[in-house]
Amino acid sequence: MKKNSRFAGFYMGLIFFLMYLPIAVVIVFSFNESKLPVKFTGFSLKWYQELIHDRAMLEALVNSLILGVLSCLVSAVIGTLGAVGLSRIHWKSKGALEYISILPLMIPEIILGMVLMAFFYMLNLPFGMLTLLIGHTVFCVPYILMEVKARLAGMDPALEEAARDLGAGPFRAFWDITLPLIMPAVISGSLLAFAMSMDDVVISIFVNGPRLSTLPIKVYTQLKTGVTPEINALCTILLAATLIIFIVYSLITKKKK
Amino acid sequence: MKKRRNRSDSSAWMTLPLYIFTIVFVVCPLIYMVALSFATPSRGFGVTWKFTLDNYRNILEPVYLNTFAESLKLAFTSTIVIALIGYPFGYFMARLPEHRKKKAQLLLSTPFWVNSLIRLYGWIIILQKKGLLNFALMKLGIIEKPLSILYSYPAIVIGMIYVLLPFMIMSVYSSAEKLDWSYVEAARDLGASRLQAFFTITLKLTLPGLLSGVILTFVPSMGLFFIADILGGNKVVLVGSLIQDQMTRGSNWPFAAALAVVMMVLTTILIMIYRKVTNARELEGIG
Repeated sequence: MKKNSRFAGFYMGLIFFLMYLPIAVVIVFSFNESKLPVKFTGFSLKWYQELIHDRAMLEALVNSLILGVLSCLVSAVIGTLGAVGLSRIHWKSKGALEYISILPLMIPEIILGMVLMAFFYMLNLPFGMLTLLIGHTVFCVPYILMEVKARLAGMDPALEEAARDLGAGPFRAFWDITLPLIMPAVISGSLLAFAMSMDDVVISIFVNGPRLSTLPIKVYTQLKTGVTPEINALCTILLAATLIIFIVYSLITKKKK
Repeated sequence: MKKRRNRSDSSAWMTLPLYIFTIVFVVCPLIYMVALSFATPSRGFGVTWKFTLDNYRNILEPVYLNTFAESLKLAFTSTIVIALIGYPFGYFMARLPEHRKKKAQLLLSTPFWVNSLIRLYGWIIILQKKGLLNFALMKLGIIEKPLSILYSYPAIVIGMIYVLLPFMIMSVYSSAEKLDWSYVEAARDLGASRLQAFFTITLKLTLPGLLSGVILTFVPSMGLFFIADILGGNKVVLVGSLIQDQMTRGSNWPFAAALAVVMMVLTTILIMIYRKVTNARELEGIG
């Protein structure tokens, strides 16, 4: 294997720097005293204090968390069962089924969002948590499905067969043997899905209710109308939270290897 | 053999939730969208189910054709710049020693976990008139007056690059990683210059990665309306913004559906070309 030149190192360093620069800027200005994110006038925690008293913002945060957890749970069940089932059936139509199940990743988000909005309207579903939950589950399922599928591919089917031969029922064999073995993939896929749900703007904008707002939507409207450093403070907190999730995630995937 | 068959059939129920869910909430809505695109719009959010091609005819109006052209132009510009920046990066990354590869991958995927709006907001702070970039450029004496990059076309391109670059890097990396460097060495031993070896061997063998990166950036860049919204200050109207507008304010759903169908067709054609060219079944670098 050939070694990279010095230029390569410099180039990669520069790109990484540019990738992290905006994140660093947001964090730094969350501790700024002045309202305008132009000059750093002094260290202050006042934006964090204001954030704590901002009812609407906290409500949006709670909505997002509920939505993230729910869509992650629902899609974990659907995705895991689907992946296990898919690995066992040998029908001719299997390929098509598999393709359809990851379709949401191939369609531009905006189309998925508008299509769901029109469809929910036709079904007369009330726009709100339920429509958000369905919308988020649609794009969360493929992530979990793909993670679990990859894990199953590396698993020995003889393990479950042995359990079956020893007299365990199909449910028991799944619960006691297969599920524990694929659990790391289920968890890491769910975390990824949770992060995606917490990040989604496009689909949420189409399917959210008139009175219900998620955090990304709140941030989006603020960015369009006018920003206070409260946003920076919130971003920093979210960043800390995602960092924790991320550390958990990498610990789990490390164990998997 | 017979036993296995029985078992697989008894496990088939497990895929049921997946297929009920996907068919009801992905396939049906898509079919509904196609039907909607041939319906007649009526006042409010209503739709009259009378077959018409007017929605598609509407797209041919200069204003909307212009929007499509503008979106395609932006998508092409962003994709080319992203390929130019991302290809060398993925290539260099594949040549890193093993332990550093892991680190680079980690560094690359971490920003994904930060809300993309938050990251874009960081760019607003940097690009604004009294922002970091102008400050630095003026301090260095490169410019005298602050540049107004924010709320302009370049700002949108910067946002696109920023959000989509990692996809390009990951796909180039995953195909460059599999590259057998001995081919390159052989070419060099046989007297090819560095550039010759690169263009005849390396580029050719990493082409699937590059192409899948192109699709993974081109497809979303047509729809990422919020980037144009936030960084472009609504100056550039893209197909994505138009669809959103027609769905919410304009309330002409059949027209929005027709726009979406055209966009879907464009996307599908691209993916099909990719499959033809590379013979690949799945895109490289995702999953």
